[in-house]
Amino acid sequence: MLSKRIIPCLDVRDGRTTKGIKFRNNVDIGDPVAMARLYYEAGADELVFYDITASSDRRNIMIDVVRRVAAEILIPFSVGGGIRNLNDMRDVLLAGAEKVSVNSAAILDPGLITAGAQAFGSQCIVLGMDVKRVTPSLTTPSGYEMVIHGGRTPMGIDALWWAQEAVRLGAGEICLNSIDADGTQAGYELTLTRMISEAVPIPVIASGGAGVPEHLQEVLTQGRADAALIASMVHYGAYTIKGIKDYLAQRHIPVRLIW
Amino acid sequence: MIVIIDYQAGNLTSVVRSLKALGVEGTVTQDPAVVAQATRVIFPGVGAAGKAMATLRELGLDQALRQSFQRGIPILGICLGAQIILEHSEENDAACLGLLPGRTLALPRAQGLKIPHMGWNRVRFLSEHQIFKGLPEGAEYYFVHSYYPAPAQTTMVLGVTNHGIEFPSAIGWRNLVATQFHPEKSGRFGLQILENFLVWDGSYAE
Repeated sequence: MLSKRIIPCLDVRDGRTTKGIKFRNNVDIGDPVAMARLYYEAGADELVFYDITASSDRRNIMIDVVRRVAAEILIPFSVGGGIRNLNDMRDVLLAGAEKVSVNSAAILDPGLITAGAQAFGSQCIVLGMDVKRVTPSLTTPSGYEMVIHGGRTPMGIDALWWAQEAVRLGAGEICLNSIDADGTQAGYELTLTRMISEAVPIPVIASGGAGVPEHLQEVLTQGRADAALIASMVHYGAYTIKGIKDYLAQRHIPVRLIW
Repeated sequence: MIVIIDYQAGNLTSVVRSLKALGVEGTVTQDPAVVAQATRVIFPGVGAAGKAMATLRELGLDQALRQSFQRGIPILGICLGAQIILEHSEENDAACLGLLPGRTLALPRAQGLKIPHMGWNRVRFLSEHQIFKGLPEGAEYYFVHSYYPAPAQTTMVLGVTNHGIEFPSAIGWRNLVATQFHPEKSGRFGLQILENFLVWDGSYAE
C-alpha cells in the first residue's frame, strides 16, 4: 500500500534557508544543503525547495544549491519558485532535481505545463496552486480563487477548474497551498484539499497550516491528501519527522517507518 | 566498465550520483560501440514507451542492448527500463525490445486511486535473487509510474507491489533484472540494491 508522504519545505533566499532553525550538532543552520541532509537522514520522504531569491543572478545560486543537494540525498526533491520556461525547468532537472513546480507562470501561460510534460514527462511537472477562499461567484463557483505573485494578485480563476485543467494539460501532481491557512499553524484547509483531491486523478500534496501532528492526520484522511508539506513544525524543532510518522502510524495511516 | 544507457529518457544524474556514493564511476553513453565494451549495464529511464523505443532504434541502442543481454553481462533496468525490455507496451501501443516475453500494461484506474502511482511503497520479494539480499522487512522504495511490466512467465516475477492491484515491481530472467521502482531514489535500501547489482555475476537459478 502506498505510503502517505511527509515533505519538509525549505524556503531558500540567496542560497540560504530563510527560517531560523534549532538543530543541534553544530550544523550550519541556514544552509539548505545541510538541512536537506538532516531531513533526509531524519526520514523525510521527499523535499521541496522554494527559491524566493530576489537578486538577478538567482538562477546560478539556486542551481548550485540544487546540485549540492542532489549530491547529498537519495530521495526525490522538487524545486519551485521563478520557473518561467523550459530552460528554467531543464536547468533544475539536469542539476539533479526530480520535479519542478510551476505556479504563477503556469497560470499566465498554461502551455508551459504541456510543454514541460512533453519535454520531461508529466511526473516531473508539479502544479503549485496558491488558493484563497472567496464568496462563490460566476467566475469562482467553487468558492476558491487562484492567486499569484506570492499571494498578491487574485486572478478571478476558479481553483477547482484550474486543477482539472492542469491535469488535462499534463501536470503530474498538485501542491495545493491555502493562503488562508498558511503560517497559521491552525491546521490545513480540509474542505479545499478534499475538494481538489477528489476531483483530480493525480496525487495532491496539502500545504499550509500544519502545526501539530493531528493536522496531518486530518488532511491525510478527511482531506484525502496523498502527502503533507510541513515547515515550521520541524524547522523550529517542535516535532521530528519520526515523531510525526509514529503518531500517524498509531492511527493506521500508512507511512514509511524505516529508512 | 559500468555503462549507463542514455536514450534521452529522463535524468540520469541521480543514477550516476548513487554509483558515486558507492565509490564507482559510471559511464553515461549513447554510443552502441561503448555499450559493446560494457561489463555491466544500467538501463534507466522515465517517459513514454513510444518515444523511448524510437530513440533507442535511432541510436542503434536497441541492438546494443540485445547483444549485451546475449553476452550474458549483468543488466539492471529501472522504471521505463523495466517496461520496454518486454515485447510490447500498452503505452503508445509500442513494440518494445522483447528481451523478456510479456507486455507492459496500464495500472487500472479506480475511484479514489491516484495515477501515477507516486511515492513510497513496499515490495514483497518472491525469490532469493542476489540483488535483493540484505533488505529488511518493511523497507519501502520510491515509485513513479502509470504502467507496469507483466512478464509472460510467473517465474520472471521477482517481487510484487500493491496499488489497486498487485503488480510485478521487480522482474528478471538470466542476466537481466529490473525494478519498476527507483533504487537510486530509495535511500539506503535502494543503494543496497545497486551495491548488490555491482557484485552480481549475472547468474540466476530459477
